[in-house]
Formats: sequence, structure tokens, C-alpha cells
Amino acid sequence: MNKRILNKRLDGLFKVLGILTTVFGMLVLLVLFIDVFLDGASRLSLGFFTSFPSRKPEAAGILSAWVGTLWIMAVTAFIAIPLGIGSAIYLEEYAPKNRLTALIEISIANLAGVPSVIFGLLGLGLFVRWFNLDRSVLAGGLTLAILVLPVIILSTREALRAIPFSIREASYAVGATKWQTVYLQVLPAALGNIMTGVILAMSRAVGETAPLITIGALTYIAFLPQPPVILSGEFPFIRVGLQGLFDPFTALPIQIFNWVSRPQKGFSVNASAGIIVLLGITLAMNSIAVIVRYRQRKKTRW
Amino acid sequence: MDNAAFSITQMRVSYARKEVIKGVSVSIMPNTVTALIGPSGCGKSTFIRSLNRINDLIPSFRISGDIIYRQKDIYDKETDVVELRRRIGMVFQKPNPFPKSIYENIAYGLRIHGLNIKDTIDETVESSLKKAALWDEVKDNLKQNALTLSGGQQQRLCIARTLATQPEVILFDEPCSALDPISTAKIEELIHHLKQSYTIIIVTHNMQQAARVSEYAGFFLLGELIEFGKTQELFTAPKDKRTEDYITGRFG
Repeated sequence: MNKRILNKRLDGLFKVLGILTTVFGMLVLLVLFIDVFLDGASRLSLGFFTSFPSRKPEAAGILSAWVGTLWIMAVTAFIAIPLGIGSAIYLEEYAPKNRLTALIEISIANLAGVPSVIFGLLGLGLFVRWFNLDRSVLAGGLTLAILVLPVIILSTREALRAIPFSIREASYAVGATKWQTVYLQVLPAALGNIMTGVILAMSRAVGETAPLITIGALTYIAFLPQPPVILSGEFPFIRVGLQGLFDPFTALPIQIFNWVSRPQKGFSVNASAGIIVLLGITLAMNSIAVIVRYRQRKKTRW
Repeated sequence: MDNAAFSITQMRVSYARKEVIKGVSVSIMPNTVTALIGPSGCGKSTFIRSLNRINDLIPSFRISGDIIYRQKDIYDKETDVVELRRRIGMVFQKPNPFPKSIYENIAYGLRIHGLNIKDTIDETVESSLKKAALWDEVKDNLKQNALTLSGGQQQRLCIARTLATQPEVILFDEPCSALDPISTAKIEELIHHLKQSYTIIIVTHNMQQAARVSEYAGFFLLGELIEFGKTQELFTAPKDKRTEDYITGRFG
């Protein structure tokens, strides 16, 4: 066969292969969706969101699970985002390029690849036992925070590195200090990509089960952590406090895990419904990340 | 020369032990345009980038020699680099506006130095854009993102941004190398106007440009300043054979 015709056919073949591999990923997700949806959609109702878990599958809900997830995520975000972005700024903009920095960088890259269950063990030893936080919201949030921290650092550094050096030069050339350059030029320009990385890291944390189970998060909880703001009829009518941080919790993936492992058919339906909610949260977060990135790209073309 | 803006003696610069400027001594007169020419990699960009200490950003950069600006060694430990860079502005090879509005690009230099009075900023934005011959083209779109401007407009915006902080010196590092001939002509005209109030040093690859805009000119080759003098003399009666070869295009 003629070489040119062969090349042409190969070209076509690779195109088809490319499409097939892409479609494969979509198909898997679609099948997963349909399967879970068929199983669990019937259980999705307002009551499902406002009921505590129960021994009777038809009465059980995810109230304590989604509130727990919300608490955990708030703690994780509060700790991991400033620490992660701060570390990334230091490493990328301030740190001298020496062996110590290189060692720190390698450690962070390795940490990002450590299995999550190992972070759970660290959380158990450090936060639950040593700090005596018990199986509290705080212990769970801290554990997930150190889990996503390396991911946030890496993605933030990537975002900072994408900002052209010429912008920094321009800023210094008009007499800006380092901090002014970082805070007023580099960070705002990188913000879109930083947010994307942070949201993706958080959406990974939402679904994490292993570390929470390892630190001993409870699977059956029929009360909520004390809310941070309590309204009351008496003076001073409002009480603000973070006592809830020290209350035990459960989270969506744990609740799902618990239901899946039960033999009754009703609970597996509940599990599917819980999965729909969890998938919905993850998809929503990822979509926000995509939108943020798209808007940033449209705004800045170097 | 006592009244010189810059008096430089035996400037040596190296990047990671590779010497790129090998003992350059020269005086730059205030309120003149000095052009530096020479082939790529001859050290002329490094030379002017050392005058506002923007090269400090490069970790492997090392410098020695006396670089005196207005009786003060700019590499002295006491030097306030931030203040120095405000007084010695710089326009870069590739236009590098901030990814913000036209207005904010110019206001930035004022804000970081603590000026926050809106009327004053408004006035400075207008006067800087006028001096940079950009006002008429952008006055109705000051809120527009600077990255939407054409390359030539972006470079004039960068000049306006530099003017806004009222520097004494403006360093131009091949400001027209990325621009078309019409934009280039505009920038040259601008430099011609600016020399009344500023000391200007311009690095250029374009010898016609050097001849057109400058009063003094220097020829760099392999890290050495081969010849320095009045532009007219350097171009019509070069003293050094190498200068003559370069400007007549026999090598480069």
C-alpha cells in the first residue's frame, strides 16, 4: 500500500480511537447516574433532607449527614484555604531557591499522593487522641484540611506560575514592593485559577469517607452539632458560639456507607438517594470551577 | 563629569558566573536621549536593567563597580530600591500592561505610593495619557481592559504608566521591537518630546532609530562598551573599526 494512503488511514483511525476513549468516560458516568437515579430518585423528598437516620428505612433521612458535611467543609475550608494559598505564595514568590525549598516542594508533591486513609490515621493519632478533640467536627475538619492542603498548595502554585514574569517586572518598575506586587497584581490575576483549584480540592474532600471513618466518625447520629447562631426569645435574643465544633458528627459519605452495608432493601434505596445528593454537590462544585475558569480566561488573554 | 545623571565606572555583571558586562565605564547626561546599540546578547539590555535594579529579580545576577546616580551609589546597602525604581522608570521590550482597566494601569503607580485622592488620580491619568499621545484614542474607554488595546497602544499605555509616577529617568528596553512602523514612529516622536523633561536611555536594535532619536550613542559588543559619544559622530565618523563594521552592516 502507498505510504500516503496508509498515513491517511492511520490518521482517521486515531481520530476514531480518540472519540471512543472520550466517549467511554462519559458513558461510565452516564450509566452510573442512570443506575443510581433509578434506584434512589423515589426516596428524594423534603422529608429525606429533614429527617434523622432511623432503624426504619422509609423514615430515615440525611439531616445529620448533610449538616455534618456542611460543618466539616466549613472547618476544612477555613483552615486549608488560607494555609494552602499562603504556603503557595511563599514558595512561589518569596522562598529562595535552595535545597530546603526543594525538599519542601518534594514533600508537598508526595503528600498530595498519600492515600487518604493514612491521613485518617494521622488525624486519629494527632487530633482525636493527642489534642483530645475526640470524634468532633473539629477533628474531622482538621483531618480533611491536611488532606486537601497539598492539593491546594500545588494548584495555587501552578496558578501563580502561569502569571507572566513581565507583569511582576512592570509592577516593580513603577516602584511597587514585593507584597504590593503579589497582593495587587499577581494574586488578582491568578485568582480565577486559584479558585478553580480550591473548589476542585474541596469537592474531593466532600466525598472523602476513609479518613472520617478512620478517626471514628459516628454512623448513627440523631442530633445536630450546636448551631453557631442560636436565636432565642429571651435577652440577648441571639447567641453566637462555636460549641458545635466539639460535637460529634456524621457526614454524607459515611451515612451512605452505613446504609450500603445494611442488608435491608430499603436502606440500599436510601443509599442511592444519598449518592444522588452527594453527586449533585460534587457536580455543582465542579461546574462552578469550570465557570470561574472560563470567565477568567475570557478576561485575560496575555 | 559632575553634572552627569549616571556616572558608571567599571560595571561588571554576571549571571551564574557567566560574565555579560565586562567593565563598562560611562557617564550619562541629564535631559538627553542616549541610545545603546549592538548585536543581540552584547549586554546592552543587561546594562540598562541594572540601572533601576530590576535585574535584582534574577537570582543569579551579580554586579560590581560604581553605579552612581545623582551622587549616590544605587547598589549601596542604604539605597531604597522601591524609591529608586519610582525615580528611574522603565518601559520594556514587550508591552506589559496589567490585566486591568486602562485607568487602573496608570492609577496603580500612584496608589502604591499612597496617593488616594480621586481627583488627583483622575488628573494624573489624563495628563499621563496625553503626554503619551494616547488620550484621544482611549479617553472614552478608560474602564476598558488594557489587554484589548493594540500592541502600539499598549506600549504607549506602558509609557503613560511610567510617566504617572513622575520619574526623572526613563529607561527604554527595545520599546519598538514588537511594534509596526506606524506605532514605532509614534513612540519615537514621543521620546523626542519627553527628552525636555526626562533623562532617557534607549536600547535599540534599529540603528536608524538610534540615529533619529538620540543625542548620545554607545556601541556595545560582547559585554564591552566599544565606543560612546555624540550620536552624529558615532554614526558618521566612528573611531573604532568594530563600530564602523557594525553600523555599516558588515557584521551583526
